[in-house]
Amino acid sequence: MESNRGILVCGEVADEKMTATTQELMTMGRKLGDGLQQPLNVLVIGKNLEKVAQEAISFGANKVYSVQGTFFSELNPDNYAAIIVKVCQQITPSVILLGQTDIGRDVAPRLAAKLGIPVTMDCTELNIDPVTKEILQTKPVYGGNAMAIWVTQSNQAQIVTMRPKSVMADKPDPSRKGEIISFNPTIDDSMTKVKLLETVKEEMKGIRLEEAKVIVAGGGGIGGRDGFKLLEELAKVLGGTIGVTRVPCDEGWTSVNLQVGQTGHIVSPDLYVAVGISGALQHMAGCSNSKLIAAINKDPEAHIFKYADFGVVGEYRDVLPALISKLKEFA
Amino acid sequence: MQIVVCVKEIPDPEIPPEKFKIDADARRVIPPGGIAPVMNPYDERAVELALRLKEKYGGKITVLSLGNPASVSVVKHGLSMGADEGVVLADQGFEGSDSFGIAHILTKAIQKIGNYDLILCGRQAPDWDEGLVGSIIAENLSIPLVTLVRAIEMIDGGLKVNRITLDGYQVFSVPIPAVATVSSEVGRPRLPGGLGIITAARKQVPIWNGGAIDADLSKMGSGTARRKLGKLFIPERKSMCEVLQGETPAEAAIKLAERLRESGII
Repeated sequence: MESNRGILVCGEVADEKMTATTQELMTMGRKLGDGLQQPLNVLVIGKNLEKVAQEAISFGANKVYSVQGTFFSELNPDNYAAIIVKVCQQITPSVILLGQTDIGRDVAPRLAAKLGIPVTMDCTELNIDPVTKEILQTKPVYGGNAMAIWVTQSNQAQIVTMRPKSVMADKPDPSRKGEIISFNPTIDDSMTKVKLLETVKEEMKGIRLEEAKVIVAGGGGIGGRDGFKLLEELAKVLGGTIGVTRVPCDEGWTSVNLQVGQTGHIVSPDLYVAVGISGALQHMAGCSNSKLIAAINKDPEAHIFKYADFGVVGEYRDVLPALISKLKEFA
Repeated sequence: MQIVVCVKEIPDPEIPPEKFKIDADARRVIPPGGIAPVMNPYDERAVELALRLKEKYGGKITVLSLGNPASVSVVKHGLSMGADEGVVLADQGFEGSDSFGIAHILTKAIQKIGNYDLILCGRQAPDWDEGLVGSIIAENLSIPLVTLVRAIEMIDGGLKVNRITLDGYQVFSVPIPAVATVSSEVGRPRLPGGLGIITAARKQVPIWNGGAIDADLSKMGSGTARRKLGKLFIPERKSMCEVLQGETPAEAAIKLAERLRESGII
């Protein structure tokens, strides 16, 4: 596909609003659109989309393609990919942006396969080469040990997924003007190969990890289910919530839904207390945006101390009780 | 159930970061000396899931790896866990393929194996961390796909597939044949036992080249890559950590509490 034009953000909608990740994508899409002098389009799918469409315009969308239908959260991935293909056939965009989210991780590869176009997953930066106008897609590889910059032409169709929280969302500007286009693609039944029976949200205790101001996280060094009681006590004193690395999930000490890392939650609290965490890069990919990291580890050589602002070298069972009681004094 | 599991050999992702080296000019990773490559841990979980399905429903598991003749070792690892057969795909013409090229080669090999009900891949590999190949295979074969899978059951001749999400899960009804990409939430893969290792050692692992699978030269190799790697670099990280000292860990903990208060966090 030669001479494709325009940025297409595939938006995600929750509670009649764009998700935080979609706001970040809109900000990135506007920057790319301005740099390449190409329009910014956004696709939104769901019910009662009027408010979302206006919100998209306030974030800089020139055109909003609005598909009224099932709730976004209940969307079958086959159907979602089929709808995006239809939009792409109509507007032949150059850069298709999705978030590296539950849905983006799934749909971006499907879409690349259907359209036969390049895709770079989990980018943390997206730039335009000032001279060649090529698109420079920066992403962590080898678990974050290295960074790769993939290069594509700005007039070819391509897909990029952005890691959540890698872009700071701009403030919306309600004075912006844009066009809302009601889009009703006909989806051939043969494209729907799987049936979504149910989407289950597991009730989590406390605060959502993405929104938490304080996270107390435990790793393999906690040694078992019991140790998390101390971490929960610390989280309670700090008004925070619990996160974990892959080891406690693999070992069944905690729910898998608490995992922070490249393949889990990407968090950015004011304070991240890493307890018994070695600092494997795939975990740090999920928490290195924290404002302040405090690490407690008995191994003074642990990699986590390279990321931490404050460190205590010691067995967590000795450290946490003293920390908790001192923090209680301050409360 | 006839299952094909695609596995990839990668540098051990658990090596300490200081042992990780790249050749920035050649834009490639230098394999760490003295540390053997391993099966992608997500692929290892795909083998584990395949074994659980075979235990419950019977059938056969074929482990398939695209690499070089030395990739026989990761295939043997799959066999020693309990898989029945293994195949390695190796050919100079495969080299430099992007995910589309790799998926083309694997698709051709899967078609040669034939008679498959389920194709399992790891959700991604911790080298380039893309997670594309399984999805492209599904598209190539025009069969259903579910990603980030943690469990599969057979019901009424089809599959009930559990997909992990950040805050819960989804359940899909999927006709066979199908592709599933497997996530770490499947749980720990089994360790090969003594008998498994002996059985695997005795098994022949054929090496198929492009001709053997009727691979299409116009769909693989470096010339067909859809994007180019402009730069590979190791990000700089300066340690700024203030390690709090104390006679005992408890004393250091008290200092930490004070620092947190000074920083205005609490």
